[in-house]
Amino acid sequence: MSHLVLAPLLLPLAGGLLPLLIRRGALPLERAIGVLATLGLVPTAIALVSQAAGGEVLAYAVGQWPAPFGITLVLDRLAAWMLLVTAVVANGALLFALGRSDTAGRHFHSLFQFQLLGINGAFLTGDLFNLFVFFEVLLLASYALLSHGSSPARTVAAVHVAVVNLLGSTLFLVATACIYSAAGSLNFADLAVRAAALPPDRLGLWQAGGWMLMVVFALKAAMLPLGFWLPGAYGAADGAVAALFSVLTKVGVVSIIRVGTVVFPDLDPGPVVWFAAIATLVLGVTGMLSASRLSHLAAHAVIVSVGMLMVAVALFDRAGLAAATYYVAHGTLATAMLFLVAARIAVVRGETADLLEAGPEFRGRVALPAAYLLAAIAVAGLPPLGGFLAKLAILDAVLDGGRAAATFAVVLTATLLSIVSLARAGSTVFWKVGPARGETVELPAWRPAAVSGVALLLAGLVGLVVYAGPAYEYADAAAGQLLDPGRYVDAVLQGRSGGGQ
Amino acid sequence: MEILVAAAIAVLVAAGVYLSLRPRLFSVLLGITLLSYAVNLFLLASGGLMVDSAPLTQVPGPYPDPLPQALILTAIVISFGMTSFLIVLAMRAVSERGHDRVERGSGEEAE
Repeated sequence: MSHLVLAPLLLPLAGGLLPLLIRRGALPLERAIGVLATLGLVPTAIALVSQAAGGEVLAYAVGQWPAPFGITLVLDRLAAWMLLVTAVVANGALLFALGRSDTAGRHFHSLFQFQLLGINGAFLTGDLFNLFVFFEVLLLASYALLSHGSSPARTVAAVHVAVVNLLGSTLFLVATACIYSAAGSLNFADLAVRAAALPPDRLGLWQAGGWMLMVVFALKAAMLPLGFWLPGAYGAADGAVAALFSVLTKVGVVSIIRVGTVVFPDLDPGPVVWFAAIATLVLGVTGMLSASRLSHLAAHAVIVSVGMLMVAVALFDRAGLAAATYYVAHGTLATAMLFLVAARIAVVRGETADLLEAGPEFRGRVALPAAYLLAAIAVAGLPPLGGFLAKLAILDAVLDGGRAAATFAVVLTATLLSIVSLARAGSTVFWKVGPARGETVELPAWRPAAVSGVALLLAGLVGLVVYAGPAYEYADAAAGQLLDPGRYVDAVLQGRSGGGQ
Repeated sequence: MEILVAAAIAVLVAAGVYLSLRPRLFSVLLGITLLSYAVNLFLLASGGLMVDSAPLTQVPGPYPDPLPQALILTAIVISFGMTSFLIVLAMRAVSERGHDRVERGSGEEAE
C-alpha cells in the first residue's frame, strides 16, 4: 500500500525509458507508452490524495535506509494535491500534443515523461539535495522540450532559460553547502530538529543559506526581479509544452511553501515575498496588456498567477496557505488551457498565427471562440469558474493583515486589467478581419485528441467549482498540516514503516 | 588550508561571474563552468576541511565528513551533463543564427 508513493516516480521513469529502447520510427508505440504512463498518473494521484486526506503524513524511506541518512519521500496533503494537478495538466497537454507536437522532433514522449518525473519528484522529496537533483531532472527535460520542433526563436529561448537556470542551480548548491555546514544535515525533517538547537555562531550561515534558497525558488517561480526569463521562453514554446510548463513555476512556489514552513519557520520571508509578489503582479499584468501574441499573453498570465499565488503564500498563515493551495490548482489548469487554445488559434489562422492583429474570418465557428472565452474567464478569475472563489479566498485571507489596502488595490486592478487584455485579445483575434487576409479560411478540423486535451483541462476547472466545498476543505486541511511541521518531522524521523515490510 | 581553498573559490567565482556576464555564448559557457568548479570546492569546504585522512569510518582516528564528497560527485555529474547539453544547444544556436551573441537580435523576436 505504502509503495504507491513511488508510483508517480516509477511510471514516468518507465514511460520515459521504454520509448528509448524501441526502434526509431515506431511513433504509435511511443505514443501508446506515453499516454498509458501519463493516464496512469491520474488514478495514482487520486489514490494518494484520498490517502493523504486522512491527515497522516506518509514518509517512505527508499531502500529502507532510515530517515536522516537515506532518501526520503514524504507524502502530505499538499504534495498529493500537486501530484493530482500535475497529472491532470500533463494529460491535457499530452493529448493535445498527439499528432502535432510529437511529430515535430524526436523523443518528445520520453522528454515529456522525464519532465513529469522531475516535477513529481520535486513535490515528493523530503531532502534538500534530492530536491536539487529533481530540479535538474525537470530542467534538463524542459530545455530539451523547449527547443523541441526546432526554430531559431526556440533555440535562443532554450539557451536563455538554460543559462539562467544553470546560474540558479549554482546558487542552489551554494545554499545547500551553507545549510549543510551550519546544521550538518540535508533532510528537511532533520534540519527542522537541528535548527532549533543551532549554536548562535552558526545562525548567520544558516539564515544566509535559507535566504539563498528562497532566491533560487523565486527564480524557478519567476517572481519579479528574477522572472524575466519566462515570457520569452513560454511564449516561444510549443503550445502543449507551454501548457505543461505552467506547472513548472508552481514547483518553485511549492518549494517556497515547503522550506518556509518546515525548515525555516523562523526566517519570516513573508514581507519580502509580499513585495516581490505585488511587483510580479504588476509586471505580469503590464505584460498581458502589451503582448503582441496570444502565446506571450498566456506567458504573462502565468506570471500573474504566480504573483497572485505568492500574495497568499506571503501570509504564511492558515487562511493564506489554504487559499494558495486552492488557487494553485485553478491557476495552473487555467493558464495551461489558455496555452492550448492559443496554440490551436495559431494553427487555425495560418499566416497570421497568434499575432494579435486582424486576420482571417471565423465565420460560423463556435467551438474555438467558446474555448477561448472559457479559458479567458478562468485566467481572469471571473465567476462561474473557480478563479473567482480563489481570489475571494485570497482577499479574505489578507483582510486581517496590515497590508490589506495595498493588496486589495493591486489584486483587483490586476484582475480588471487582465480582463481588459483578454477581452481585447479575443475581439482582435475573432472579430477583426484584416483587409489583405479577408477570406474565410478553411479551418482544419479539430483532432479528437486535441479536443479531449482541452476538454480535460476544462473538466478539471469545472470540477474545482462543482466540488469547491470539499476541495477547499482539503486545501484548508493541507494548510493546517503545513503549519504543524511537528507531524511532518515525527513521520519522517520515526515513521520507518514506509520502507515496505 | 582554509585560506587557500577560500582564495581558489573566490578567484573562480570572480572569473565565472565576469565571464557569464559577457555578451557571447562561448564566454558565458566558460563562466558557468568556472562557477560550477567553484561550487564544488565550496561543497567540499562545507563539511570542514581536513588533510591527511581518508573519508572512511572504519579507519581509526579522525576522518573527514564523507557526505560532501558524495554531494560533489553528484554535482559534478549533473553540471557536466548540463554543460555538455548547453554546448550542444549553443552550437545549434550558432548554426541557426550564424553568430553566438546571447541577446535576441532584431527580427528574432517573432517566431
